[in-house]
Amino acid sequence: MPSLGADMESGTLLEWLVRPGDTVHRGDPVAVVDTDKAAIEVESFSDGVVGDLLVQPGTRVAVGTPMARIESGAAPAAAPARASAVPGSAVPVVASPPVRHHAAELGVDLTRVVGTGRNGRVRREDVDAVARAAASAASPRPEAGPVPAEPPATAVTATGAHRRRVTPYARRLAARLGVDLDALETGDGPVTAEVVRARAAATPTREPAPPPPPETETEIATTPAERHTEPATHGPGRAAIGALMSRSKREVPHYCVATTVDLAAVTAWLRRTNRERPVAERIVPTAAVLRATALALHRTPELNGFWVDGAFRPAAGVHLGVAVSVRDGALVAPAIHDAADRSLPEVMDALRDMVRRARNGRLTRAEMADPTFTVTDLGDQGVEEVIGVIYPPQVALLGVGRVVERPWAVDGLLGVRPVVRLTLSGDHRVTDGATGARFLNLVDELLQEPEEL
Amino acid sequence: VSVTLSETRELVKTSLAHIVPADEVDTLSDDADLRRAFELDSLDYVEFVERLSQAAGVRIDEEDYPELRTITTLTAFLAGRR
Repeated sequence: MPSLGADMESGTLLEWLVRPGDTVHRGDPVAVVDTDKAAIEVESFSDGVVGDLLVQPGTRVAVGTPMARIESGAAPAAAPARASAVPGSAVPVVASPPVRHHAAELGVDLTRVVGTGRNGRVRREDVDAVARAAASAASPRPEAGPVPAEPPATAVTATGAHRRRVTPYARRLAARLGVDLDALETGDGPVTAEVVRARAAATPTREPAPPPPPETETEIATTPAERHTEPATHGPGRAAIGALMSRSKREVPHYCVATTVDLAAVTAWLRRTNRERPVAERIVPTAAVLRATALALHRTPELNGFWVDGAFRPAAGVHLGVAVSVRDGALVAPAIHDAADRSLPEVMDALRDMVRRARNGRLTRAEMADPTFTVTDLGDQGVEEVIGVIYPPQVALLGVGRVVERPWAVDGLLGVRPVVRLTLSGDHRVTDGATGARFLNLVDELLQEPEEL
Repeated sequence: VSVTLSETRELVKTSLAHIVPADEVDTLSDDADLRRAFELDSLDYVEFVERLSQAAGVRIDEEDYPELRTITTLTAFLAGRR
């Protein structure tokens, strides 16, 4: 495990990009490591053939721990392991949500389905074919075992025939741009984002899809599901989040306080002012909540900073991390820098720009580094309350639910108001519930006067 | 001015293409909820509205959002605006 930063003591292996028997050269990417801040590709230090892989994906090891043996010796003429890779690994499966549900109902593992739709997209019929094949073969389902066995006959994937080495970014980009990784000619080198972009630029996109089969009228577009190496079917982002959240739950004594905030003033004000704004500059309620949060943090510095070496270090500025789910199922929380010093339209611009780039995999290193507080807004997912887990070494997190209309008493009269549930998770080593309560009340007050935001 | 369902469908497809893989618009039912079907969050939705407004050449205010819910309701909305 190499040291990928001065403060790095250990790292979590997210995935291997090579297999035993692969020939590697100095500088080739061989693994992806999560440093708690970012997923970073690790390169081989020498030429040779990959021997034993000593560390399993998902494992956290100290800096300096050997991760794999690279045997320098005569390299075999070809890298045989690449031809016998586990089917379906490392190739993103693209299937629409209805097809995913259909596959789940039939117990079909999407990673072993060959998509016949455009760009290899999995169609309902492809799932059915695999299900039929599995049923006619009297053998147990291949997905029953922890490590996939031979796939059913009709499900033999062309994709499994030669495993491509693909950088995680390139894989996300390919899924996003609808580029078929297997159709790329890159010789022996890894598939990089450049190759994917070049391919996407060269391919005419968005041409009409082939005529749909009649029974798929509910089939809809996809959130590309990234399927991965065994044993889990989760992307590397999952492992990174898992490692960080485990650490948080292990080390951080959380407290949670919550309040319901009346958003009538904000929504009325936004509706009025948005009418004057071009569509591209319209402000969504989330931006107002972010802006109010930044201002409240500015006045509650004990929630804005880091727990380092057994002590709290307040941060100089308010860098608001915003949890963004990327379409492959990963989660990133890039920062809006100096959010307390930006106007509401500026915060909205920053938010829009950041989410777009997060989903294109084009965040900058600076944005990924060191948010001082995180906001996680799951309102678009339809939940009313989010009791979040703090991102260490930060010391607090705000969960934002959906804006819902509720009966609400104002001045002794009952009315229907748009309200939102705000939940603060705080680190008890730094603050108490009283601080969290003060912070939430500040946010509430600020949201009652949106023109001041 | 009449607007056909298939015209609306094309508009939706063009507008969504920059946000999500939009080919499946072709196979979407006329009455499917667009926002839910394509899993659009609020920021995606603003972008969709922006592109739709440009492509259709009509102004779309926030009050109009409920009328954009499906291909059918959107077709009626566009017919009323042109």
